[in-house]
Amino acid sequence: MKINPATTQLIQDQAANYLEWLKRWLEPANLARLRPKLEFQTGILAGFALLASVLLGVTNFSTEGTIQRRLDEDLIKSLEEVVPAGLHDNDMLQDTLTIPSAEYNIGANETIVYLAKKSGKVTAVCYKFIAPDGYSGAINMIMGVDRDGNILGVRVLNHKETPGLGDKIEVAKSDWILKFVGRSLDNLTPAQWAVKKDGGEFDQFAGATITPRKSVQAIYRSLQLFKAHQEQLINQALTSKAEQ
Amino acid sequence: MFLSESFRKIASDGLWNNNIVFGQNLALCPLLAVTGTATNGLGMGLATLVVITASNGLISLTRHLIPSEIRIPIFVLLIAALVTLVDILMNAWAHELYKVLGLFIALIVTNCALLGRAEAFASKQPVKEALWDGFMMGLGFLLVLVALGAAREISAAGTVFANASLLLGESFRFLEVTVIPNYKGFLLMALPPGGFIMLGFLIVGKRLIDQKLATRKVPVTVLTPVIVEEEL
Repeated sequence: MKINPATTQLIQDQAANYLEWLKRWLEPANLARLRPKLEFQTGILAGFALLASVLLGVTNFSTEGTIQRRLDEDLIKSLEEVVPAGLHDNDMLQDTLTIPSAEYNIGANETIVYLAKKSGKVTAVCYKFIAPDGYSGAINMIMGVDRDGNILGVRVLNHKETPGLGDKIEVAKSDWILKFVGRSLDNLTPAQWAVKKDGGEFDQFAGATITPRKSVQAIYRSLQLFKAHQEQLINQALTSKAEQ
Repeated sequence: MFLSESFRKIASDGLWNNNIVFGQNLALCPLLAVTGTATNGLGMGLATLVVITASNGLISLTRHLIPSEIRIPIFVLLIAALVTLVDILMNAWAHELYKVLGLFIALIVTNCALLGRAEAFASKQPVKEALWDGFMMGLGFLLVLVALGAAREISAAGTVFANASLLLGESFRFLEVTVIPNYKGFLLMALPPGGFIMLGFLIVGKRLIDQKLATRKVPVTVLTPVIVEEEL
């Protein structure tokens, strides 16, 4: 297809005209004359708002996928911390089950359980939970439990506890959180699921009792959640096999 | 120096004379909130430096378009949009850094110093000056953040730049120094009250240095009227 040279010329002229007009409109003197006018003010505010919305919308839309991938990577990393790699050969992010958890006071009405499977059989499960009553706010944790209900590992994902005192629940600060490995509802009595000050099994920290106490209680409650759904979770492999 | 007189004045204002914290007493909320350690201070400082430079530039660029009656909503809109943009982009493309800095970036919106610079400087000055002013103000703020963070960290835990390698990468591990070995810790300094106390000491220190400079440099007779005028 051939474009008429006259048309091209016309378009170029038009564009030059508009550009010239815009340049003149943007002259400080012209803008100074316009600024006090109400219509101009309304238009400018709307223009800025529109520009900001469009810019944010486009950025959000174009980075949504990337951010989701990054968050998935983070989740995989924390899943790997609490479930040994040798225990599963599936993609745990895709193998999930949502169970109701409102009555366990672990911060959510529904808990997503990530299933670790080896050759189709559930070997362990992993889920996030929250101690809603930490010393200065919620303590977010993640825990891996094997199919018999023994803890494989617990980690604190984030918290706002006092630096230097309560933050010993982090694995980077002390090995306190590692003491939960191998514990279960069967090998400790309910009374032992407490800090030593309350007659239990677990250390408190010098100067900080509430943080470890509430952490232990939340871990205990989330183990009860697992126990209540143990059959359903462990047999998950069979149902999904049946579906195949 | 390569810089002209006015650019040098902007630099010395931003870094010392009219420093956001020492001179204007602004931005104390983010300042006290994050300076538990020198590393956190550095992170907040870097994020603020980027945003204040960009917001100054943007506002100076559009200064003829902005009517004075509605300048505040437009400034707020621009700053909030800019902060959100930086937040989203960092989350996507510098995720490791974002996990450390993420909290601070959202806090920049509460930093009244940005609005202050937009109002007092960028809306009246050409783009180049505004960018330079934003950069220097940001740098001055960064230095105060790091100084306060380091002072609090040393007195609270006996270390400086702990976990700096998380923020800046492995090659910056050399920054992590234990200043006082076997330090028992002084928790108060890591908590918010410690921030206020240490900030008080830093401001006193700055005033003392200024006093000393003033008496040494200029004859008293010349200086006195100027000082009185500024105090008013």
